[in-house]
Amino acid sequence: MKDSILRSILAEYPKDRAYLIDILVRVQEGDGHISDQSVQALAEYFCISPLDVKETISFYHFLHQQPTGKHIIYVADTVIARMNGYDAVLAALEQETGCALEETSADGLFSLFETACIGLSDQEPAILIDMIPFTQLTPAKVKSVIAEIRNGKTAEQITNPQGIDKTSLGYIENLVKSNIQECGPVFFSNKIKTEQILGEVCSRSPDDVISELTNSQLRGRGGAGFMTGLKWDICRRAEGEEKVIICNADEGEPGTFKDRVLLTKAPEQVILGMLIASYSVGATEGILYLRYEYNYLHCYLENILSDMRTQNLLGKNILGKKGFDFDIRVHLGAGAYICGDESALIESCEGKRGTPRVKPPFPVQKGYKGKPTIVNNVETFANVGRISEKGVKFYLSLGTANSSGTRLISVSGDVRQPGIYEIEWGITLDEVLEKVGAVDPKAVQISGPSGECVSAKLDGKRVFSYQDLSCNGSLMVFNSQRDILDIVRHYMQFFVNESCGICVPCRVGNVELLKKIQLFVDGKAVENDIEEIISWSKIVRSGSRCGLGTTSPKSIMQTIDRFPEIYRSKTAKQEGPLLRSFSLDEALEGYEKAKRELMPN
Amino acid sequence: MSGHHANQANVIFSHDLPKTALDDETLKLREDKIKVAMIGLCGCWGCTLSFLDMDERLLTLLEKVTITRSSITDVKLIPERCTIGFVEGGVANDHDIEVLEHYRENCDILISVGACAVWGGVPAMRNQVSLTECLDEAYVSSVTRPKDQKPVIPHIEVPSITTKVYPAHEVVKMDYFIPGCPPDGDAIFKVLDDLVNGREVDLPTSMNRYD
Repeated sequence: MKDSILRSILAEYPKDRAYLIDILVRVQEGDGHISDQSVQALAEYFCISPLDVKETISFYHFLHQQPTGKHIIYVADTVIARMNGYDAVLAALEQETGCALEETSADGLFSLFETACIGLSDQEPAILIDMIPFTQLTPAKVKSVIAEIRNGKTAEQITNPQGIDKTSLGYIENLVKSNIQECGPVFFSNKIKTEQILGEVCSRSPDDVISELTNSQLRGRGGAGFMTGLKWDICRRAEGEEKVIICNADEGEPGTFKDRVLLTKAPEQVILGMLIASYSVGATEGILYLRYEYNYLHCYLENILSDMRTQNLLGKNILGKKGFDFDIRVHLGAGAYICGDESALIESCEGKRGTPRVKPPFPVQKGYKGKPTIVNNVETFANVGRISEKGVKFYLSLGTANSSGTRLISVSGDVRQPGIYEIEWGITLDEVLEKVGAVDPKAVQISGPSGECVSAKLDGKRVFSYQDLSCNGSLMVFNSQRDILDIVRHYMQFFVNESCGICVPCRVGNVELLKKIQLFVDGKAVENDIEEIISWSKIVRSGSRCGLGTTSPKSIMQTIDRFPEIYRSKTAKQEGPLLRSFSLDEALEGYEKAKRELMPN
Repeated sequence: MSGHHANQANVIFSHDLPKTALDDETLKLREDKIKVAMIGLCGCWGCTLSFLDMDERLLTLLEKVTITRSSITDVKLIPERCTIGFVEGGVANDHDIEVLEHYRENCDILISVGACAVWGGVPAMRNQVSLTECLDEAYVSSVTRPKDQKPVIPHIEVPSITTKVYPAHEVVKMDYFIPGCPPDGDAIFKVLDDLVNGREVDLPTSMNRYD
């Protein structure tokens, strides 16, 4: 990158390493990769070593160190895409662009990469071309899109021929569908009156606001289900003059897309939640951590933040209340599932690799830059706004005694109406399956690969609640024709790809578990392999540092429990001393090959 | 044992040589003892040396155990069915595969001892490079090769190197694992002592921690 261009990018950000990833994303967008020369320049600018810059780059899969083609295409490889024609779409892409996966075409026009779920499971197969989403693809559609690009059009021009303003809702809805199938009393029902509600909140004491939240029994919607009121209370009382509010919009759990829709249809409600948090704990700094897969929401969100600044809903002395200062910046991710973990996300916000921290201290005590920090999910913040509007009684009237309120679920797979549903806690699995139009359901993956795989037959009466199915927002339905083992294998491959590698049980254990599952897929497993899977899964779950490793073996464990016949049908009896999985031919062919190559005569 | 080296018709193995029968007194002493066979595959014998680090406890152990095949006894094949097989080293050539098969067929319990048996260890570093490249470096492009001679990849009467180095449990079923490079004599003693006394094998983490 030309020095002058890099300097102009740097000038847009404070001189603070925390902005390194935002800057790297800009360099990536400009050059198609981050050259050694840019690395050197950034290292000098931030007074860090070039290796510091490189270790950050190498962590995020949207950042490249090698040159790429003029247009970068990411194909979302998910189990849902694979059920909807992924193979044909990938083949068409390879054919039309002239490059295989992980390669750049000879004409330098295209680079093709796979990526994990991009939050469009209800409209797959989907790809990103230069970060612009193309959904519900078919080989024919791929052919015409690639032909248009070859004719000189950009992805932007193809998807937005009318030139709709990028800061408008219309622009986003033109790119991707929101697919809200059922809205309830908390989300999407009516637009929240941000100014009025914030005004009312400010008329009460922060302690009152937090105790109202505690009374509402709201729990974090990211997955862990920690009591939101308690989290805020600890943060309020934590030592530290400056406090930080982070909204976790790194919606990386495969099959989840409700945060995308919330940020599309009700961003003010989310930001209101952040404002109430800031008022409650006395935070001045806000970060909205947006996964790069949702980059097309960036301008739209920036525009809303800017409007709110104009209305004095962000900035200094908000709504004229002296000392109520709070502003929000959007921090882009750069492709890493693990950044959904709150401490990894904080590391990423600081411009570093997204390696989860050892806890304690917890982020509410020492988070972003060592300051007490609240990290809440997009949906959690959206709930807060509505609770403040309608009150605790209203909220407690929804759901069950121990799981109050409603939650959004992102539904995909073998259903007639995929999309977003607002469900009240307390609903049974059977009821949900009926609501979404599940077709011949056999297995239901709740909360994504890290969640629970349940049987439609055995678990239909189970209840969505924090005591039973504590769904994190993803629901994938698989009919009786689907290959459950292949789905589990795909999930394990995902965890192997996304493990940050810092702790051995996760880094090594997931690879071993993937190999084991592959044995079943290949029909080479023996009875002993099931026992080994179970014992290794226990080690990975109990020995890993963060939520990735403590949950990654769940889909294997649960499918062994729920669908033992699938594993049994793929298991053979061990005969003779050599394991069925050991290939003598493979073991011996290397030497013969080497001999032929090195001694042709 | 013939298998992958069936072409060596003119070779006499030690186990083909005439045997001298043991005297009755020695045989009687061994009668009720647990039989253990030991083998080093692709490793450095460090684990066998660690076995000797059991020191005087070895004597107590030998009251209940007799070692049949081992590098100490210099018997090449397992002469009679054994209860325990002590396997050091990973699988790096076709002979290792044969030997490990032989152990699996003739032992009730097999133990992977040390890093090489458990996960391939140092020899498995070659798994990062193609076998062609490895052999080229060693026999063709090696700076120490006599330049006036034609390069030869050893291929006659030496075992063929496997495509990659395998941990023992990827070739046959292994029952217990003693990690370490090498494991301490204490760890080896604990596992053997548990097995010999019919206790469930329990190797405490404290015996595997070096930090």
